Amino acid sequence: MKKLMIGNQAIARGAYEAGVTVAAAYPGTPSTEIVDGFSKFEGVYAEWSPNEKVALEVGFGASLGGARTLVTMKHVGVNVAADPLYTMSYTGVTGGVVLVSADDPGMHSSQNEQDNRGYGKFAKLLVIEPSDSQEALDFTREAFDLSEEFDSPVMLRVTTRLCHSQSLVEEGVKQDVPLKEYKKNEAKYVMLPGFARLRHIEVEKRMDRLRDYVETSPLNRVEWGDRSIGIITSGIPYQYIKEVLPEASVLKLATVNPLPEKLIRDFAAKVEKLYVIEELEPVIEEQLKAWGLDVTGKDLLPIIGEYSPELLEQVLVGRTAEPPYTLEGSIPGRPPLLCPGCPHRAVFHILNKKKLTVAGDIGCYTLGALKPLGAMDSTLCMGASIGTAMGMEKARGIEGSRKTVAVIGDSTFIHSGITPLIDVVYNQGNTTVIILDNSTTAMTGHQDHPGTGVTIQKAEAPKLDLEAMVKAIGIRRVTAVDPINIKELEKVIMEELAFEGPSVIIAVRPCALIDSNKYPPLVVEKDKCKACKACIKIGCTGMYWVEEEKLAYINPDLCIGCGLCVEICKFDAVVERAVM
Amino acid sequence: MSANTTNILIVGVGGQGTLLASRVLAQAAMDLGHDVKVSEIHGMAQRGGSVVSQVRYGPQVFSPIIKMGEADVIMAFEKLEAARYLSYLRKDGLIVINTESIDPLPVMSGADVYPENLEQKIAAVVPNTVIMDASGIAEECGNIKAANIVMVGRVGKALQMSKDSLAQAIKTLVPSKAIDINLRALDAGWDFMD
Repeated sequence: MKKLMIGNQAIARGAYEAGVTVAAAYPGTPSTEIVDGFSKFEGVYAEWSPNEKVALEVGFGASLGGARTLVTMKHVGVNVAADPLYTMSYTGVTGGVVLVSADDPGMHSSQNEQDNRGYGKFAKLLVIEPSDSQEALDFTREAFDLSEEFDSPVMLRVTTRLCHSQSLVEEGVKQDVPLKEYKKNEAKYVMLPGFARLRHIEVEKRMDRLRDYVETSPLNRVEWGDRSIGIITSGIPYQYIKEVLPEASVLKLATVNPLPEKLIRDFAAKVEKLYVIEELEPVIEEQLKAWGLDVTGKDLLPIIGEYSPELLEQVLVGRTAEPPYTLEGSIPGRPPLLCPGCPHRAVFHILNKKKLTVAGDIGCYTLGALKPLGAMDSTLCMGASIGTAMGMEKARGIEGSRKTVAVIGDSTFIHSGITPLIDVVYNQGNTTVIILDNSTTAMTGHQDHPGTGVTIQKAEAPKLDLEAMVKAIGIRRVTAVDPINIKELEKVIMEELAFEGPSVIIAVRPCALIDSNKYPPLVVEKDKCKACKACIKIGCTGMYWVEEEKLAYINPDLCIGCGLCVEICKFDAVVERAVM
Repeated sequence: MSANTTNILIVGVGGQGTLLASRVLAQAAMDLGHDVKVSEIHGMAQRGGSVVSQVRYGPQVFSPIIKMGEADVIMAFEKLEAARYLSYLRKDGLIVINTESIDPLPVMSGADVYPENLEQKIAAVVPNTVIMDASGIAEECGNIKAANIVMVGRVGKALQMSKDSLAQAIKTLVPSKAIDINLRALDAGWDFMD
């Protein structure tokens, strides 16, 4: 019987059917559900690694140890893992390795829109791209065989729209793949220059064999139709083409690196007008042009953003969708926000109030950049806040550092905030770092990490003590504070900024969505409210302003009674419902 | 898009249960032998932002997303979101609007105003508009959070889906302690008199 599955679930199933016994990942939208789902199968090992580099190194070790291994990450995670990746291309594998790169065209939840097919070209890997959940399962299973056949990690490149779309899947039978024998082979696995030079020759031979393979790979297919238009496409855009140009001839590519030159030339020769339809970078198009083929692509379609059926219809058919029904007037936007009752909202409120320069980081806390909090000056990548604050200080001197803080979440700090903090100690910065410890990886849907003391399979684990670790690095001033206690929080922040030397403040309170402490919703006492709007300015969605009454109200369905507004209100107008 | 494909656009605010509604409709459509695709967006959308799920079913479905002006049905769990996505409704399509309003930040902070009588304004331009207090009906069924399933009942009936299939989907998709409330919500939506 067929089942409905999101692409990510299908990838997990495909890996399971391929006999994978080890999987490692760091959570990141849109990849998170893959290893999360895989961890629920019987008889497998799965882990949340501290970051993507560690995940891939665990994958390398598991492969060396003879197991088939799945490693998954979002597109920018591959940047973190790029160091082991490029050299794993040289060492090759023992047990098959599939690296899933989940790209995010349209940046639904990402800081950039990079196209990781480029990694395939530069790291010299076979890159395979599915178009729906069934292919996600089938291609994943196939990719493990190919990884072992070609002695190389294989990249499965997917995008948000595939990861998070459901379609029907026929499950297959799980293969039992015996663990491969471990044999020491330093010439293959110790990448000294002398050995690596020899391995590079093998990599190039492999690329030749892969170029032969893709010409006849059953994963690619031609769908002949009207030969006046020929479309070369892959991934999700294939589905849009089938809607918009159902009559056209289509070369549907699964192997997007290396590209099948003969297959493409043959297809091109048999159609009148050739298009390449690919989201983001012109990876396929540029190769076709290098081969001297006359092809249309990015001169008509954007490099930026996610494609849609209406975009392709507009460009390829010249038909613009006219909405049958429209309303007059504008519709207020609905930006994402820190959740009502987010205990760490208080930190951004203070940083904004004190007009501090804030080097920010990735995660929910990036939302602190949005008004009315508006407390962020930069966000670059995982862990960047601390190095950024250090660099600003080195550029602007001690006075600058007295007005600058780095703000980073607990999971992000463990991911890549520790090494820059060592830099601060070693190179004697005055940086003030605030670790917002909500005891989870919240943005991606509450995954555990080394600081939570729980594994992906919900087993107990040693809990990383952030305070002890920060002290061990050499930070002498470490203060833990409950961010709901806003007066204490403000005092600590101002003291640590004034202090000459590095310091760390750990604001500890669980994410409001997982906090087991429940408090009753609060209420505004009408006769005490002086309409100063101080509570509205903290940007909590549990509060709203009624202009006609000049009064603040609290939505009892959303308020979780955290008490931040009680602390903010100078007129004691916010009280517990029971008091009213 | 194929005339044989049914397109349902489900819009609301993060936390209102658009994902569950789309999964129930998709599961029921699959049980009737249709090809099905569902598009969801996770991540940023969970933080009180505007959320969209899309369900498409028919003999063969390619794209997981619906083109502008091609939705047979829009299920709007919130009035402002109904207005925001109105351009996706096809001519003579059905829009079902829950009368709940959730102020977005620009409104809460007083920087913008929530448009008045949105549901009436939509009903004035869309002949096939159903306005229902799904949240109120859900509360009567035992939990306001079942408003999504009240709406599923109303839409399932309009699309001549099988109520048994919807009930079966609910039984497999919701936690066991919430099944009864959700089945009552399905009945209430199915029997709703416009």
